[in-house]
Amino acid sequence: MNIQKEFILRCVEEGKRADGRGLEDFRKVEIEHNPIENAEGSARVKIGETDVIVGVKLGTGEPFPDKPDDGVLIVTAELSPIASPKFEPGPPREGAIELARVVDRGIRESGSIDTKKLCITPKEKVWCVFVDVQIINHGGNLIDAYSLAALTALMNTKMPEYDGEKIDYSKKTKPFPLKDKPIAVTVCKLGNSLVVDPSLEEEEHIEARLTVTTKENGNVAALQKGGGPLSLEEIEKAIALSVKKGKELRSLL
Amino acid sequence: MSELLKNEREIVVPGEEIVKSMEFVPGRNCFREGETIMAKKVGLVSVDHRVISVVPLNSPYIPREGDMVIGEVVSIQNNGWVVLIDAPHDAFLPLAGVREYIDPRKVPLSKFYSVGDIIYAKVSATQGRSIYLSMQDIKAKKFRGGRIVKINPAKVPRLIGKKGSMISLIKERTGCRIHVGQNGKVWLEGQDAESCIKAFGVIEKESASEGLTEKIGKLLGGAVKKEPITDEALKEPEKEEAKV
Amino acid sequence: MKREDGRAVDEYRPLEIKVGIIPNANGSAMVKMGKTVAIAGVYGPVEFLPKHKQLSDRAVLRCIYTMAPFSTEDRVRPGPSRRSTEISMVTANALSPVVFLEEFPTSVINVFINIIQANAGTRTAGINAASVALADAGIPMRDLVASIAAGKIGDEYVLDLAGKEEEATKADIPIAYSPRAKQITLLQMDGDLPPADVKKVIELNIKACEKIYETQKTALKERWKK
Repeated sequence: MNIQKEFILRCVEEGKRADGRGLEDFRKVEIEHNPIENAEGSARVKIGETDVIVGVKLGTGEPFPDKPDDGVLIVTAELSPIASPKFEPGPPREGAIELARVVDRGIRESGSIDTKKLCITPKEKVWCVFVDVQIINHGGNLIDAYSLAALTALMNTKMPEYDGEKIDYSKKTKPFPLKDKPIAVTVCKLGNSLVVDPSLEEEEHIEARLTVTTKENGNVAALQKGGGPLSLEEIEKAIALSVKKGKELRSLL
Repeated sequence: MSELLKNEREIVVPGEEIVKSMEFVPGRNCFREGETIMAKKVGLVSVDHRVISVVPLNSPYIPREGDMVIGEVVSIQNNGWVVLIDAPHDAFLPLAGVREYIDPRKVPLSKFYSVGDIIYAKVSATQGRSIYLSMQDIKAKKFRGGRIVKINPAKVPRLIGKKGSMISLIKERTGCRIHVGQNGKVWLEGQDAESCIKAFGVIEKESASEGLTEKIGKLLGGAVKKEPITDEALKEPEKEEAKV
Repeated sequence: MKREDGRAVDEYRPLEIKVGIIPNANGSAMVKMGKTVAIAGVYGPVEFLPKHKQLSDRAVLRCIYTMAPFSTEDRVRPGPSRRSTEISMVTANALSPVVFLEEFPTSVINVFINIIQANAGTRTAGINAASVALADAGIPMRDLVASIAAGKIGDEYVLDLAGKEEEATKADIPIAYSPRAKQITLLQMDGDLPPADVKKVIELNIKACEKIYETQKTALKERWKK
């Protein structure tokens, strides 16, 4: 038996965390606005030892045929090996793809971006919004960190000028059409308890996790369960907890 | 003996010249080019008679025979256990390294050590890339209960202190049971584990400063001994002889 | 000659080095040179797998240089490119001579360099960061390596080209340099210069590397001073 797992579970049973936090406490959250000048909007978010930078780039391209007058959102993630000895060089695998897709769905399905306003010429040309992340250090809970940094970066985004042919990145003036502030909070089942913001070490020992992305009005926009099974009761509790923590995180913006 | 270009305990970085003289010999983490002895690592200059060495402030763990390490069993082979000890290579605990006689045809090896178990073992041999462990040491054991914390392996000599002075002080003041692995892993158990971890943090951050033992004594409360425990630990943290 | 940002011809952009920025890494550093920002993280030595890639008498220093997609004005596609693959290789060659690789046979020391913001001189900033990160990791080294580029505009030799200077220059010559051993460990060039000028540009670079070296040393020491 792994005594470190036993220790983590023993703490949780006693109502606290291995690092002394409460079950529903986040680690210290720090947000830096626009650290990247070359991006149209950016943010650096630290949650405890987790450290990520998100940059938003805007370009132009063709719309999807089924959505001829909607701008295109592209969210990517790479688990850069600089951030953890467990990340390996090479093309994104499951973990990175899930991370990107969960953050993507949170932004997309909440309808947070007014994609109609990103249309330049219907059927021909629309704005493409690229949301990319650089993970500097993986200290657990990457989904929430990326999601928070992505939202902050989008809020910081200014549209560059476009004359029909070329984008002038030196002139970024118009605000980006953001309508909502979706926040992802991942609730983890550790032993029989539900906790938020798992540390790297806790993440290794969780039974299951549920990421809940909530909108400003408290509605749920996206869900992603990982790991083992959860009961309906646990899911209900997790959603309520995510709504509550989401509000707290939103107040930091 | 005034040729020293750096003071004792001064921080040096790789390539920095410490002394230009054939009267000195390079010890640990130093090298010689011509007459000059230079540092290989970021660390503190230490001079012991004619031996110049550098006590590193950060260092990967490189196993040496006789080290006690804390490792996690990660897989079971038919002739022993693979143990992760945070070294360049995984370590191997062979059947011959355990106390019991085991016939692997009759008993599954997981009965003795299973995947996830955390053990305190001795490095019995290092042959090139192979690191062998042994449980045939009075201190060796499989941990039950308690917890593991990590510290910088370069700070382990500081944590132990001269003849164990620092670790004894921490054990005494906190009432915790502590086992230190040379590989930077520490097992501890007790009511006041938080104070222990605080003390470890100070040792990691301030290992370059003097009077560390007094500082830890104060941090952990209780009477500070009249006769201060010296920081000589710095001078003899290593077992290896100087390379001449 | 007047430079866009008012620098003297032999002056590099403001340099800032921070050590120990990635808690998970064995050693790490961030280097800012003007608006260029590079981070480097060192992991290892660890066993080099697959085994057939191992060297029986020394470690392999593996460098991987990547640019964050948002680091440039035009988004960089994620994944390796021919450019990044080449830079990774020359970076490993620039650093290997100062590392005691023979102390870790069959192992690999991984050096990851990520460019967070690109504004000229990313490979040299990356090497400056990687060299400091290796020392921070406690990897045994003979020396640090400093790196910078220079060129010639009009009749003047110009250090650390940035902005429009990159197009105005007759050549761009980056070097990496081990100041104690006085050895050049990286040298590339593209442009059009007579040999005598090439030498002058390299000399200008060397002088600057000696200064960068001092900043690297100070940064490594500062980490451990309260």
